[in-house]
Amino acid sequence: MEISGLIAFNIVTGIATLVLITIGLAVIYGMMRIINLAHGEFMMLGAYTAATAVEHGVNIWIALLILPPIVVALIGLVLERCVIRFLYGRMIDTMLATWGISLGLVGLITSIFGNVIHSVPTPVGGFNIGGYGASGYSLVLVAASVIALGGLYLLMRRTDFGLILRATMQNPRMAASLGIHPPTVFMSTFALGAGLAGFAGGLLSPISGVSPSMGAAYVARAFITVLGGGPAVIMGTGLASGLFGLINEIVSFLSTPVLGEVALLVAAIVLIRNLPNGITGRFFRSSL
Amino acid sequence: MTLPISPRLISFLVVTALGLAALLIMPMFLDSFSLLQATLFVAVAILALSQAFLWGYAGILSFGQAAFFGIGGYTYAVGVINFGDSTGAIALSMVIPAAVAALLGYFMFYGRISDAYVGVITLTVTTILYELSNSTSGDQYRIGSAQLGGFNGMPGLAPFNLPGQPDQWLDEKGTWYVAMGALLLIYILLRGLLSTWFGRVVVAIRENETRAMLVGYDVRFYKLVAFSISGGIAGLGGCIYAAWGGFVNPSVFALSMSAQAIVSVLVGGIGTLVGAIAGAVIIQALINLSGTQSIIDPSLGIGIILVVFVILVPQGLLPSISALVSKLKPKPAPQRLGHETQEVKP
Repeated sequence: MEISGLIAFNIVTGIATLVLITIGLAVIYGMMRIINLAHGEFMMLGAYTAATAVEHGVNIWIALLILPPIVVALIGLVLERCVIRFLYGRMIDTMLATWGISLGLVGLITSIFGNVIHSVPTPVGGFNIGGYGASGYSLVLVAASVIALGGLYLLMRRTDFGLILRATMQNPRMAASLGIHPPTVFMSTFALGAGLAGFAGGLLSPISGVSPSMGAAYVARAFITVLGGGPAVIMGTGLASGLFGLINEIVSFLSTPVLGEVALLVAAIVLIRNLPNGITGRFFRSSL
Repeated sequence: MTLPISPRLISFLVVTALGLAALLIMPMFLDSFSLLQATLFVAVAILALSQAFLWGYAGILSFGQAAFFGIGGYTYAVGVINFGDSTGAIALSMVIPAAVAALLGYFMFYGRISDAYVGVITLTVTTILYELSNSTSGDQYRIGSAQLGGFNGMPGLAPFNLPGQPDQWLDEKGTWYVAMGALLLIYILLRGLLSTWFGRVVVAIRENETRAMLVGYDVRFYKLVAFSISGGIAGLGGCIYAAWGGFVNPSVFALSMSAQAIVSVLVGGIGTLVGAIAGAVIIQALINLSGTQSIIDPSLGIGIILVVFVILVPQGLLPSISALVSKLKPKPAPQRLGHETQEVKP
């Protein structure tokens, strides 16, 4: 009984982690049709922001939750202005360019901080499920993923910004003729996605360790989840994270975490073979 | 206006002659260390060639050529340890990556996923293989008598030997002949393949997939075969890489390896084979150069080159240079003459 409680807890944590690492990518891909291969490195930058802030004595909660999204959103803004904006509508070229950015950022951070693993302390202790110890920080991750999904939903549905954003993505020319400046909207959407990636990186820094190549560990899972989710950003991310997180955690529990990841990949390839447009390409098509 | 020999044939003959010259002449002038370095260049050039064929002619952008390169390297390592003879290992190092590519290609092309998704899935497979190969440390991960060795990889691999004579190891010169000969042969075979009916269909699919489908070609099948051929070529590159260094470790699956192949093609020019070879040499030279200093990480350089080329020189160097040359050339003579005669004043 206790062991199944622990497994359930791990599954929920796994799903929450998947939601966190995917949501920034899903915003940029779902809204702008840009496959941002630098997503993992945006997360890495968020983690470095958190690690550096903690080293300089900033309050741990501010360092983990507040600073990373702000810093990475600003970096995303700069990169969008310098590189991405020249390549809208050229999907393959944006993939290449963002991959260049990704490699460049890994190289840059390696040059600055060295190829070593920094660690960030975990701000909350553990608790027990029956006889098993569980990490209290996992609860923070679950809460953060719910806040990220819910916050994004409210932003999209209830604010003027969300309305303008959805309108611009649907028809930029029409939006422009109504007095909206599409480049600004694209820019802020990219920054929003980058900020969400930074948010995930900061949050995950205490459990993953902070190193220049940490992004590569997440990026595969994030992409697969976005593709599996399909066109609806929030619903797709939620559903695909739920499905893949479940498979990943169960196989990880039965064998090793690496095999869990392989199972996730295989499940995703089979899913995409049968539903080329992802889950929300076939079901829940009108969702957000 | 018809030329007796097409410019395409001339360029093919020139490149083949140059390749033959390099194959024969370089061992005479280079010492063994430089020749060994040159063999590494050949290995990455073969990888770039696999990318150039797939991307430039079949129009499939794979972000995971490193996956097949790495599988080729690991296959050679496992094969040479188990067989004690490199001949079968070399053959397997092409067959197995080609088979893996065919399996992966089945899911991608028969699933009719879009081009961008192909990129993402190949990328994902590569990262998964990287993690998988990293996690194989320990005695239980062995294939036959070969221990996969996790993060440390498999050191002390035997070099190539004469077919059927496991004791007759090839020296640097012999390895160079095998490697450079393989590169030349692949180039010739690819050019040949592209001029056949199959090659024309593949290029037709790149030009307009829907039209090719409506004409009656099974697009999925042609893409699958092209992908599989490219996987086999990349595998041979990995095999030469493993034999070159006498080791193979998970870094062959690293994303920077796939990036190197893509950047080589992009620098050389999409839609040329020889451009990719030139690009591979340039990029590997830059990487070697940046390895001699410790201030700038090599991947920073590759990243910047990639971004700059995508934005400023999307056609690559070779096509851009030839476009520039044809722009600088004087306009066709008769037109100008006629124009001038009109301007001549009495």
